[in-house]
Amino acid sequence: MQRIGVFVCWCGSNIAATVDVKAVAEAMSHESGVVYATDYQYMCSEVGQAKIRSAIAEYKLTGIVVCSCSPRMHEATFRKTAAAAGLNPYMVEIANIREQCSWIHKDMMTATEKAIILARAAVAKVHLNAPLVAGSTPVVKRALVIGGGIAGIQTALDIAEAGFEVDIVEKQPTIGGRMAQLDKTFPTLDCAACILTPKMVECSQSEKIDLLTYSEVEEVKGFVGNFTVKIRKKARYVDTTKCTGCAVCTEKCPSRKAKNEFNMGLNTRGAVYIPFAQAIPNVATIDATNCLHFKTGKCGICQKNCSAGAINFEQQDEIIERQYGAIVAATGYKPISVDKMDEFGYSRNPDVITSLELERLMNAAGPTKGTLLRPSDGKHPKTIVFVQCVGSRCDQSTKGGKSYCSKICCMYTAKHAMLIREKYPDTDVHVFYIDVRTPGKNFDEFYRRAVEQYGVDYIKGMVGKVAEHDGKLLVQGSDLINNEQIKIDADLVVLAAAIEPDPSARSIATMLTASMDTNDFFTEAHPKLRPVESPTAGVFLSGVCQGPKDIPETVAQASGAAAKVIGLLNKDALVNNPCVAHSDELICNGCSQCEKVCPYGAITYIDKEVRGPGVREVRRVAQVNPAVCQGCGACTVTCPSGAMDLNGFSTKQIMAEVDAICR
Amino acid sequence: MDQNMELRQTILEISGVNPRKCMKCGKCSGACPAYDEMEYHPHQFVAMVEKGRIEELMKSKSLYRCLTCFACLERCPRNVEPAKLIEAVRLMVIRQQGMNHMKSDDLPAFVNEDDSIPQQALVSAMRKYSK
Amino acid sequence: MPMNTEWKPKIVAFCCNWCSYAGADLAGSSRLAYPADVKIVRVPCSCRVNPLFILRAFERGADGVILCGCHPGDCHYTSGNYYARRRMTMLFSMLDYMGVDKGRTRVEWVSAAEGPKFAATMNDFVKTITELGENVKLGDLRCKESLK
Repeated sequence: MQRIGVFVCWCGSNIAATVDVKAVAEAMSHESGVVYATDYQYMCSEVGQAKIRSAIAEYKLTGIVVCSCSPRMHEATFRKTAAAAGLNPYMVEIANIREQCSWIHKDMMTATEKAIILARAAVAKVHLNAPLVAGSTPVVKRALVIGGGIAGIQTALDIAEAGFEVDIVEKQPTIGGRMAQLDKTFPTLDCAACILTPKMVECSQSEKIDLLTYSEVEEVKGFVGNFTVKIRKKARYVDTTKCTGCAVCTEKCPSRKAKNEFNMGLNTRGAVYIPFAQAIPNVATIDATNCLHFKTGKCGICQKNCSAGAINFEQQDEIIERQYGAIVAATGYKPISVDKMDEFGYSRNPDVITSLELERLMNAAGPTKGTLLRPSDGKHPKTIVFVQCVGSRCDQSTKGGKSYCSKICCMYTAKHAMLIREKYPDTDVHVFYIDVRTPGKNFDEFYRRAVEQYGVDYIKGMVGKVAEHDGKLLVQGSDLINNEQIKIDADLVVLAAAIEPDPSARSIATMLTASMDTNDFFTEAHPKLRPVESPTAGVFLSGVCQGPKDIPETVAQASGAAAKVIGLLNKDALVNNPCVAHSDELICNGCSQCEKVCPYGAITYIDKEVRGPGVREVRRVAQVNPAVCQGCGACTVTCPSGAMDLNGFSTKQIMAEVDAICR
Repeated sequence: MDQNMELRQTILEISGVNPRKCMKCGKCSGACPAYDEMEYHPHQFVAMVEKGRIEELMKSKSLYRCLTCFACLERCPRNVEPAKLIEAVRLMVIRQQGMNHMKSDDLPAFVNEDDSIPQQALVSAMRKYSK
Repeated sequence: MPMNTEWKPKIVAFCCNWCSYAGADLAGSSRLAYPADVKIVRVPCSCRVNPLFILRAFERGADGVILCGCHPGDCHYTSGNYYARRRMTMLFSMLDYMGVDKGRTRVEWVSAAEGPKFAATMNDFVKTITELGENVKLGDLRCKESLK
């Protein structure tokens, strides 16, 4: 028979305002097995915890129930308290009377009644609790970063700096990501390449970092400290050890139809290509879908011209398997497709472009060598209209729109407007905005500079229509401050398209069993207090894959994620969750059902001598590896004989809870 | 509740529009082809309904300048549907008892010998105003 | 203290620790009300819910049982909710055959971010159960006062 103590927390007025805590403690003191019941203002405070510790000693408690907030919040706290008083931490149960009771009910009587029932269920459960001891598993001292943009680069550099090995998997032929495509960065206007490329070089030169470019994650198995990952190194048809990056092949390639992804499709590239001059690794890649050799079996010009003999049409995809202790998702973003938003005519008119396309048009390495020219006729645009919030802050029911604010558009639009006015002072620049959102260090000053110093015309309103008209773009929009509808004859219209998570993020999240929100951004373990961790242990988040961010925030989060990874890899062993499945070999009939449902392969079958009352024979029985088992309980339900049970959530415990609730 | 707020409630019920969804971007007015004809523009319609300024709207000629082309409704990023609000206010005006602009007795004066008013319009006017 | 005496449905909600229980917590921290008749039992995963638990609940006088898990594809344990879905499909049709109306049993997917959905689901479920009234099938006469 257990000796149970019940501790009812007021949580200030959070619980006590709607639940009669004294009545709950009083009711609990009459429950069987309860030898002590009390209430206190803040159980989680040091004083509250001291009360628990002294009660454990004084009343020789064998189990405790804390009626407080969600176990997701303070279960760990109270387990530590119990352990400090010499009680097994798994003899603690929490009755959630805040989130699931006091906060959702207004009537005191109803809430108190429910709190009593919830507490009773917890008492019924703790009656059947057994002390559990956690085992431990070693940690593989190597990290994987998925995505080689600025987020992934920064995370990898910081982890490498701490002395741990780290691999970057990047699906493109080069690292650098979106930031490499940018021209200048706000609010200081330094060039993106100038600050990014040294970091890219640092990655390639670090002895601790292994760059796996043109590669994709195929499969993830295992758990925190012990992930096994299969990575597909896609065939480049170029031997990276021989290629010198001389780029002769890229000039000779006769196939020139492929759209240049790096320039957002504004020009074309050869089938064999190096994405940009500072690519890391600086080697060519053959895009087999456009290569004449793969299409017709002829050609091979690149092979003939390669003095290093690096071209190898026979190359195959290669699968490599590696062990990691931690995984960081840094999968980044892409601008949304604005094709369906007819009002802007993006798909009809080449002079309606997105901001990322403008970024390439203004970049010295871009298709126009940095001179701002219209895509349609190659002339200098004299009137430019920027439209903000294209696809951001939309109702879910609108086509292709996103409900969130993309966060970076206000600032990059101010940057574009400013740069254009500086370089081409004879250009009229109009910006249609709904709100200008510039929270950030020196951000609002930057925006004001665009208006006051550079004379950018900010119009509070939105564009309703863009139509072609005598070779110009007739932009019709509203000016809400002056209460008029205005029409502007523009040469170029730039849409600040919303950003969305990279499409590859969804499948990666599934492989990592990391959860995502409805917009496909990775969910963090806690929105405020654990922003760089995924709820899945051992998986960390870096950059825009978690939510829209600018470069300084991305770098800060990347370093935050790296710090968490370093903290994890620094440990030699991790304490396991003792709430794992176990099989009663006396009852097990060796049917293998549990082995089939286990998602982790934690169950194996062995022939073992079983000894019990009147039994002494060799049987085929299930055995659970407690280091691999994650405690989902799928096997316990599948087991036809009832031999399999789950520590901490045993069949009897859950039934006791059900009984207490229905009593 | 004051008269205007009651009217506001009725309009929201007729139209099924929630003007609080509006984020005041002005895209409706940016898209409106009849903007210059109107005293109150689509975005003002939404704001005025929200503030309960219904009587002003009901008196305004803007109601009949709206082409009901649904450009505002189509373009609205928050799915507020201003055109439905305008239609609802229009209905409020038309549906008021004794508030017809015309009496059936006035109709013959419109019948011209040169057939400048189509037969169909006359028949529907008879149907509407003879009740 | 005085207790409510009018009939109130007894509803057991099994919630998986990773999504639905967190969704219930979010409903709480967002102060989204749902009836107190719903009592939540925390399980590690929806696949931990043995059909036995649901039969037990009805035996002990529950009027409705709802099982909430992560959305398909989002299970913390990869595939647990698929097992749960299959098991519950079988169980619920058997319960229906035994006279427990299909409305009394339900499976819902609620993510950790869906506090409003959790509250709405519970409100709707309680409404359904209140309309169906007290459950008399499967009840163990020794357990339920009103059945004696």
